[in-house]
Amino acid sequence: MFENLTAETLARMQFAFTVSFHIIFPAFSIGLASFLAVLNGLWLMTRNKTYLTLFTYWKKIFAVAFGMGVVSGIVMSYQFGTNWSVFSDKAGPVVGPMMAYEVMSAFFLEAGFLGIMLFGRDRVGDRLHMFATLMVAVGTLTSATWILSVNSWMQTPAGYGVNDVGQFIPLDWWEIVFNPSFPYRLVHMVLAAYLTTSLVVGAVGGLHLLRDRTNAEARRMFSMAMWMAAIVTPIQIFAGDAHGLNTLEHQPAKIMAMEGHYDSHPEGAPLILFGIPNSKERTIDYAIEIPKVSSLILHHDLNAPMAGLDTIPDDEEPPVAILFWSFRIMVGLGFAMLGLGVWSLFARWRGTLYDCKWLHRTALLMGPTGFVAVLAGWITTEVGRQPYTVYGLLRTSDSLAPVDAPAVATSLLAFIVVYFFVFGAGTFYILRMMNKPASTAKLGLTDGPIRAVVGAALSLQETPSGADK
Amino acid sequence: MYSDLAFIWAGLIAFAVLTYVVLDGFDLGLGILFPFAKSDHDRDLMMNSVAPVWDGNETWLVLGGGGLFAVFPLAYAIVLPALYIPIIIMLLALVFRGVSFEYRWRTKRWKAVWDFAFFGGSLVAAFSQGIALGALVQGIEVVDRAYAGGWFDWLTPFSVLTGVAVVVGYALLGATWLVLKTEGSLEIQMRRYAYVLGVATLSLIGIVSVFTPFQDPVYFERWFNLPGSLWTMSVPLIMIGLVWTFFRGLNDHRAASPFLSVLGWFIVSFVGIGISFYPMIVPPSLSIWEAAAPESSLAFALVGAVILLPIILGYTAYSYWVFRGKMDPNEGYH
Ligand code: HDD
Ligand code: HEM
Ligand code: HEM
Repeated sequence: MFENLTAETLARMQFAFTVSFHIIFPAFSIGLASFLAVLNGLWLMTRNKTYLTLFTYWKKIFAVAFGMGVVSGIVMSYQFGTNWSVFSDKAGPVVGPMMAYEVMSAFFLEAGFLGIMLFGRDRVGDRLHMFATLMVAVGTLTSATWILSVNSWMQTPAGYGVNDVGQFIPLDWWEIVFNPSFPYRLVHMVLAAYLTTSLVVGAVGGLHLLRDRTNAEARRMFSMAMWMAAIVTPIQIFAGDAHGLNTLEHQPAKIMAMEGHYDSHPEGAPLILFGIPNSKERTIDYAIEIPKVSSLILHHDLNAPMAGLDTIPDDEEPPVAILFWSFRIMVGLGFAMLGLGVWSLFARWRGTLYDCKWLHRTALLMGPTGFVAVLAGWITTEVGRQPYTVYGLLRTSDSLAPVDAPAVATSLLAFIVVYFFVFGAGTFYILRMMNKPASTAKLGLTDGPIRAVVGAALSLQETPSGADK
Repeated sequence: MYSDLAFIWAGLIAFAVLTYVVLDGFDLGLGILFPFAKSDHDRDLMMNSVAPVWDGNETWLVLGGGGLFAVFPLAYAIVLPALYIPIIIMLLALVFRGVSFEYRWRTKRWKAVWDFAFFGGSLVAAFSQGIALGALVQGIEVVDRAYAGGWFDWLTPFSVLTGVAVVVGYALLGATWLVLKTEGSLEIQMRRYAYVLGVATLSLIGIVSVFTPFQDPVYFERWFNLPGSLWTMSVPLIMIGLVWTFFRGLNDHRAASPFLSVLGWFIVSFVGIGISFYPMIVPPSLSIWEAAAPESSLAFALVGAVILLPIILGYTAYSYWVFRGKMDPNEGYH
């Protein structure tokens, strides 16, 4: 299956495969952890049972998603060494300590309080349980902060020197952690996680509203999710635009590829809406373009000159077609989400938020789009960094471990088989739980680890509003 | 000065790895004993006894790996390619055992599948860890800041022996943990297992100790040229004491002392390995100073460790305390 590929290509495929699977779970659990903290807080403040029911419902889904995030993440932290050992040796002194901070300040916090959040309400009381729930949410956000700082440093390195064995050595930690693209990437990714979660919650709410318009839990979650989508999407589009300007400054070749600008445009560059990148002729076939608008967006001036890929040496050019498409998928979905948000505001104003079937159907359909946009965004970011692992300084081909292609091919195959099997099953269980209305006390056969033994007693206590079987 | 930071970090990494071994050791050990449970109900109890804490236990593995990457990047860059196959197998095994904690409650038809995944994942992960240990003790070939050996250098009779030793040792930890956490028939069964596994573990520790000096004669010298060789003398003495508390605890039906004694065995063995290795981080040729990251990396990471590790230990202890005591099989965990 992989006979003709080099160890480098295989290692890249393996990294891309495992990290793409991994990012799906954090994108959901970062948002869900915060959502759970809000639900629990609202329950404690209002003592409205709907919130407690929703908390219990999403908590179980969270537990499964979080488990998948953890196991796929542990794989990531060892992949640097197994496949990219030269990168690890050289960049380790800079990125390693940040990842150690991530473990110490985030992973332990999540893991330490997760047990109490999931199983401990009765043992520690409401206040400490609320604290534990908050700590899990803070942990996920802290984790995102560190890992994005690491990734951003690889995109826009700063604050480093190079020693005599070729290692990057940290000179100024402040500059390293707050490297130029980090604030943009952090904001954009955290908003993406919130948006992804709100779309999933909105889809589940929409589904149950389609079945029963009076379902109190479905109404509450749908409304919360639509508020979130309506408020966050415009901010996300604004953040994405700012992110793009920052990228133009630090990684112009990436923007040229995203925009499909093979040629320079001395008198204002067009915005290419669609087209088919042709890497042989170095043109965009069948392009539909709006003259000068790209210059307007990126330089706020219709006639600003823009350099194209013709100014970049061929061996420093990222693959154009992938970037061109992945960027358009992300932006297209972003505007679709904006549409959903505006529609929901309109329906809310008309008083038809819980009655408009087409809105519910659309929300259901849009459920997975957050994940697609997140993956498309990461592909834009990472593929656009090629051919470097540390931008401009360390080439991907110079980062590889001394591994043989057959070993990488075998492990890649094993990852593919295991991930599809294991995470496929997990996704199936999550979808099955989502398919049940929140008011049902029992989501699976039993409520989950620990509660199994006391199943009935506990679920009665945690979801007093109707324990139908 | 620079040597001091590297030394402190070597100690901290060793601490993280040891903490991982004893904490995840009983999780994995309990997974290895999973098929021997007499009923579904017993299996539920076994799994529930670690469900709230396993994730935290496994995080020590991430700290061990991540810490190595941060402060000894060269060691990380050499050891992982050298142990490529056992590490990948361990990671995949941990995927299976990690997800089964949640999955097995979500399905009736496939429950047996995830029960088996829990057992298989635990067994294979433990065995791979033992293999990795053995391979490290044998030594890793380094040329020009990179691993220079072959794909299967890690596979030798000695590493298989250490693999088996770790499996048996973890199973013993798991059995004594269950003695601590459960009552009734499950406790009696595990107490019985603990005798057998205890004898097996001691024999394996003995065999591995006898063979270790043959892996590299330097190990032998290190043991007997230690400053004062006081340590060398006290290690076996402490071990004898702990063996006594272990069997006495089992005979007197104590809850905690068998588990704590086995923890002691692991700590003593670990210190023994440490004595053999020091000052190498990747035997036989890479020392902790050669592998260490620049001073600024070590110092930056150390600030975090000094502040955060005590806090982590604090809330980890709290979490164990919240879920303390015997599990009541009728009323359940709550
Ligand atoms: C800490 C660093 C880091 C982080 C947070 C990410 N990546 Fe990355 N990525 C790398 C570090 C890296 C790398 C080690 O540097 C790779 C391996 C080979 C390469 O060129 O870069 C890489 C490659 C790589 C590739 C292959 C690119 C190519 O070979 O053309 C893809 C598609 C992704 N990554 C996708 C992602 C996704 C979906 C991420 C979301 C979590 C992500 N990356 C986060
Ligand atoms: C290649 C880079 C990455 C590595 C090496 C990595 C590593 C890890 C590891 C080891 C875990 C498990 C921690 C535990 O035991 O609890 C984990 C989980 C997690 N990661 Fe990643 N990660 C990467 C990318 C990302 C990115 C880009 C994000 C978000 C922006 C992220 C956010 C999280 C979160 C929130 C968790 C907690 C578990 C979950 O929510 O599912 N990670 N990661
Ligand atoms: C519609 C307007 C949007 C614009 C203009 C935009 C812009 C961008 C740009 C320019 C990048 C690449 C930055 C770089 O590599 O340096 C990026 C990355 C990314 N985008 Fe977007 N984006 C938009 C919408 C979205 C949406 C709706 C989501 C997800 C729900 C999303 C998720 C991401 C993610 C996860 C990344 C990779 C991480 C990062 O670099 O921040 N984006 N975006």
